[in-house]
Amino acid sequence: MSTEAAIKLPVASAIKLRAEHVGMVFARDGKTTEVLNDIDLEVREGEFVCLVGPSGCGKSTLLNVMGGFLSPTSGQVRIDGQVVRGPDPRRIFVFQERGVFPWLTVEGNIGFGLFKLSRAEREQRIKHYVNMVGLQGFEEAYPSELSGGMKQRLEVARAFAVNPDMLYLDEPFGALDSITRLVMRGELLRIWEAERKTVIFVTHDIDEAVQLADRVVVLSARPASIQEIVNIDIAHPRDISSPRYLELRDGILRQIGLAHKI
Amino acid sequence: MNLAVRLRPIVFIAILLVIWQIAISRHPGYILPGPLGVVGGIVDLIRHGLLLKYVVASLFRVTWGFVLAAVLAIPLGLTIGWYSRLEMALNPIIQILRPISPLAWIPIAILWFGVGDLSAVFLIFLACFFPLLLTAMNAVRNIPSVYINAGRNFGMGLSTLVYSVLYPAVVPQLIIGLRITLGVAWLVVVAAEMIAVDSGLGFLIVDARNAGNRYDLVVAGMLIIGTIGLLLDTGMRSLEKIKSFRWGYSED
Repeated sequence: MSTEAAIKLPVASAIKLRAEHVGMVFARDGKTTEVLNDIDLEVREGEFVCLVGPSGCGKSTLLNVMGGFLSPTSGQVRIDGQVVRGPDPRRIFVFQERGVFPWLTVEGNIGFGLFKLSRAEREQRIKHYVNMVGLQGFEEAYPSELSGGMKQRLEVARAFAVNPDMLYLDEPFGALDSITRLVMRGELLRIWEAERKTVIFVTHDIDEAVQLADRVVVLSARPASIQEIVNIDIAHPRDISSPRYLELRDGILRQIGLAHKI
Repeated sequence: MNLAVRLRPIVFIAILLVIWQIAISRHPGYILPGPLGVVGGIVDLIRHGLLLKYVVASLFRVTWGFVLAAVLAIPLGLTIGWYSRLEMALNPIIQILRPISPLAWIPIAILWFGVGDLSAVFLIFLACFFPLLLTAMNAVRNIPSVYINAGRNFGMGLSTLVYSVLYPAVVPQLIIGLRITLGVAWLVVVAAEMIAVDSGLGFLIVDARNAGNRYDLVVAGMLIIGTIGLLLDTGMRSLEKIKSFRWGYSED
């Protein structure tokens, strides 16, 4: 890792996303449930932000609002100053590995969002991202022939292939085994450092958040509000047994109200 | 599979045929033709040029009824399934029409189309239309929302979304629906031909009985119907093996 990359986070970089007093109330069967309560958040260009919080707190709802899949009941989300009104190919949402299309091959999945490009351009892009996520030799394979980790890499490749400014990841590694999950975190960081997209990453895994993020946004239980924003001031690659890492992690665990003893 | 395993069902059928023949020859009085009698019946049909004629007549009606139903019911069902308001509006009438046996429509079919091919095709069409409509409606509703959201996320308009996500996502379920429906059509054509026309395998069966109690021809007709039904099903099943469809049939 170069020192340049280690310093990173240009303080002056522009605000990419701004959530302004975002509130969300679901109404079902005459009952209303408040899920998000007055969320104010700024995310800078090229920043890696993790949203953590107790399960069911509304992290995914917040991510869906930011992605334009849900309209907030109150407040708004602005990206590059524009109010978000729907999904947009400049901001790609990565689901757990079940988001890949089972009827398309690896190539077909990566090329899925490239339907507006010429054939030659498309093929060149596909090749580039097949290599980036290490799926060479599996171009013609269908997702059912891939492992969970490969499917997840495929989905990340499909998202990167359309060259978005932003990525939203909703517990992307939640369904993977713990070893694959560690490998995937490393892969994601490697790709992120190469392409510097703005990333908003939802997870319930505190360790994952502290390993990946520039900042960790800790949400409270439902209705979610921002409890604390923790700056992770450790350069990559992070030593996950360093005192600073443990200090930050334990601080977040305490915030959520979890003892770190079992 | 080795040869012995492949031969097993054939050997079993041969044993059954032998038992059948022996039982018939020992039984006093006529309850059923023996296998030799049935073979004689089939040879008779071939000699009179009726076998091919009737098979073609039945397949012709099934094809038209089935294809017409598929062409109308699938796009309609996909549309209804996609727009939930349309579904709420139309569902009651579909649910009322659906349980009516196509055979109950025979008098109306004859009233509208007279005795002939058109009536039979109409009955088969009805038999296929509602199952296919419901299959298509359910198939759309069962598409995981991640697929639709991913399609929208990549900036697809409705027509691209239909072509690239909706259609491939529903094909495996549609194929199952088509396979089952074709089986139903093949059941219904026999009944329709007993009443509404004067050719085809269903007509062969009633006619053989009415015109001289030719039970060898009746059983021959039944066996031919069974064999063709099996072939139709095998043909539809082979679609399920196509690679880009196969994901819909396994649990991995």
